[in-house]
Amino acid sequence: MKEQDEDWSLVIKPSSGLFDLQLKEVWRYRDLLQMFVRRDFVAVYKQTILGPIWFFLQPLFTTITFTIVFGNIAGISTDGVPPLLFYMAGIVGWNYFAECLNTTSNTFTQNANIFGKVYFPRLIMPLSIIVSNLLKFGVQFILFLVLLSYYLLDDANVQPNWAVILVPYLVLLMAALGLGFGMLISAMTTKYRDLKFLVTFGVQLAMYASPVIYPISTLPEKYKIYILANPMSGIIETFRYSFLGQGTFEWAYLGYSTLFAFVVLALGIVVFNKVEKSFMDTV
Amino acid sequence: MSTVIKVENLSKQYRLGELGTGTISHDLNRWWHKVRGKEDPYLKIGEVNDRSAKATSEYAWALRNINFEVKQGEVLGIIGKNGAGKSTLLKLLSRVTAPTTGAIKVKGRIASLLEVGTGFHEELTGRENIFLNGAILGMTKAEIRAKFDEIVAFSGTERYIDTPVKRYSSGMRVRLAFAVAAHLEPEILIVDEVLAVGDSEFQKKALGKMQDVSLKEGRTILFVSHNLAAIKQLCSYGILLKNGELNFEGNIPDILEKYQTTNIIKENDGVRHTIPDTGKGYFRKWIIKKVSENNVSDNFSIFTGEQLTFSFHFTSYTSLENVELGLVVRDTSDYIIYSTNSRDYGGNFFKIEKGDYIFDINTRLAIRAGQYSIDIILVSNNIVIDQWLSYTPLNVLNNYSSVLGGKWQGIICEASSFNYEKEN
Repeated sequence: MKEQDEDWSLVIKPSSGLFDLQLKEVWRYRDLLQMFVRRDFVAVYKQTILGPIWFFLQPLFTTITFTIVFGNIAGISTDGVPPLLFYMAGIVGWNYFAECLNTTSNTFTQNANIFGKVYFPRLIMPLSIIVSNLLKFGVQFILFLVLLSYYLLDDANVQPNWAVILVPYLVLLMAALGLGFGMLISAMTTKYRDLKFLVTFGVQLAMYASPVIYPISTLPEKYKIYILANPMSGIIETFRYSFLGQGTFEWAYLGYSTLFAFVVLALGIVVFNKVEKSFMDTV
Repeated sequence: MSTVIKVENLSKQYRLGELGTGTISHDLNRWWHKVRGKEDPYLKIGEVNDRSAKATSEYAWALRNINFEVKQGEVLGIIGKNGAGKSTLLKLLSRVTAPTTGAIKVKGRIASLLEVGTGFHEELTGRENIFLNGAILGMTKAEIRAKFDEIVAFSGTERYIDTPVKRYSSGMRVRLAFAVAAHLEPEILIVDEVLAVGDSEFQKKALGKMQDVSLKEGRTILFVSHNLAAIKQLCSYGILLKNGELNFEGNIPDILEKYQTTNIIKENDGVRHTIPDTGKGYFRKWIIKKVSENNVSDNFSIFTGEQLTFSFHFTSYTSLENVELGLVVRDTSDYIIYSTNSRDYGGNFFKIEKGDYIFDINTRLAIRAGQYSIDIILVSNNIVIDQWLSYTPLNVLNNYSSVLGGKWQGIICEASSFNYEKEN
């Protein structure tokens, strides 16, 4: 046939294969990803007085609140670690995951405006969210390091150890989990908005089902299995262990989280990719 | 020249009504058919997309079996009434949504300018938005930086470039958005109605830029607009969509004629059906009285160049002094073709009392065949008493026998005498 000699650079068809991810195109649009990250970062604190300081204040106040409520009033053990440090380690880690999930899960509904008018690889949007949240995490992580060095100089009972080299990997896992879950939810909320309501408080509840406010070692054997079923549990616990030297470290926990993250991410990308083509008709 | 866009059997189906509890059962049903290897049951139903007819099925075809080709460097005009499927077609072309069936084959980069300021972020400055918008449209940072000054100059917003876009007027936004898109350098540019905003100076600039882009740089443009004058100026070839189907394709003059004749307004009795709340008086009716013996059956059709009398029936509630009467005839692109005023050439004012009047205007319209609209105004002491744009069209029928037709036919059709002699 004649058509075969013609080289079309693009063929728009009803639907394509599940794994047709067009990563090459995502790469071509990398500048856009950078622009989105910049936009998120710059736009957040325009017309505020404190500006980027807000990135510090949020985890700081949460930590103080947790210390007072869970540490002082409820008297939950922190494995002998200074409570401020214990809670902040958990919160900084959890926040990254939660923010990634929350923002990613709104991808389609929040950006219907742009998506409805112009094409670019939709995957850019959730990826840019992960990156801008990574910057935010970086800022909060510095705050944590400052607090940590204060306690180190103060000779408190904290021992950063070899597991610190795992931290970049932990961040990657959290990003993968947040992105995967977020994309799954965003793809499903285009048609059925019910999930939107579930996400916000679901993430909040999930925090209590992870060792953010208590160490795994204090858990009764009966509940341990449920808490460990949360893929974030192993990550938070390892994160804390690496800097504070207290808590539980098990390769098995990490292995489970890795497997979970991989499956969720793969599923998320496939579903997201399937929905992106025609979501404008149903959003 | 080579074909750069090829549209084959393109269809797009939409679901009518609200998405709700019924959706999940349809989804399950669709999935069940797919599992058993059968065709989607909802693809067979659905009807032609006539907006005004009552729907009998939950699905409608916004586009059905569209086929056409676009050659390189061509400016294709896409016209059709509201709801004909123009925007859906552009959405499919710009990959905002996927077609239900069929395919579009494209050579080269496509950029679309579907609406003003896509992706502008309110809080960011004009400068930041140029970069963001450019990146959204597919430019790299280096490309934008190289063209930055040119973009700013073209948009004419130098002064505001470091001000957040939320402080911009809508006109400034369009200017900036169009400026970014116009400097894109895609092989194919899609433009939809953007020119509706912006002042006439900018519209001219934008049209000129698009002409440059297609003529000098050999790039292809798909242009959707209700502004027929702009289409005429810019496009060489066009397609006419009607109820989601390709009604006609051809050269612009032919297609405009086709569009206008399918667009005839049905109200044609010359009577004003909604009485305006003017307080002092209003036009009730208009009609054409024939002078010549060219007898056309209805009262709103004339032949090119024929002597005629417009009669306007006016009801006055009070007595009015210093009355003048103005008449304007517009073509379908809203260009004023003919205008006259009772005070032209030192004409006198009228003086009328309470009651019904008939104003006659004797004239001759040597204009090309087509449909025109009548706009009449009555002014007293420089205050407009009533202005009426009649829904009844004036039909000008062709009896001007010319060898020139189509796009070579002028607005004014007067027979001229031609003589010749040999120069010494």
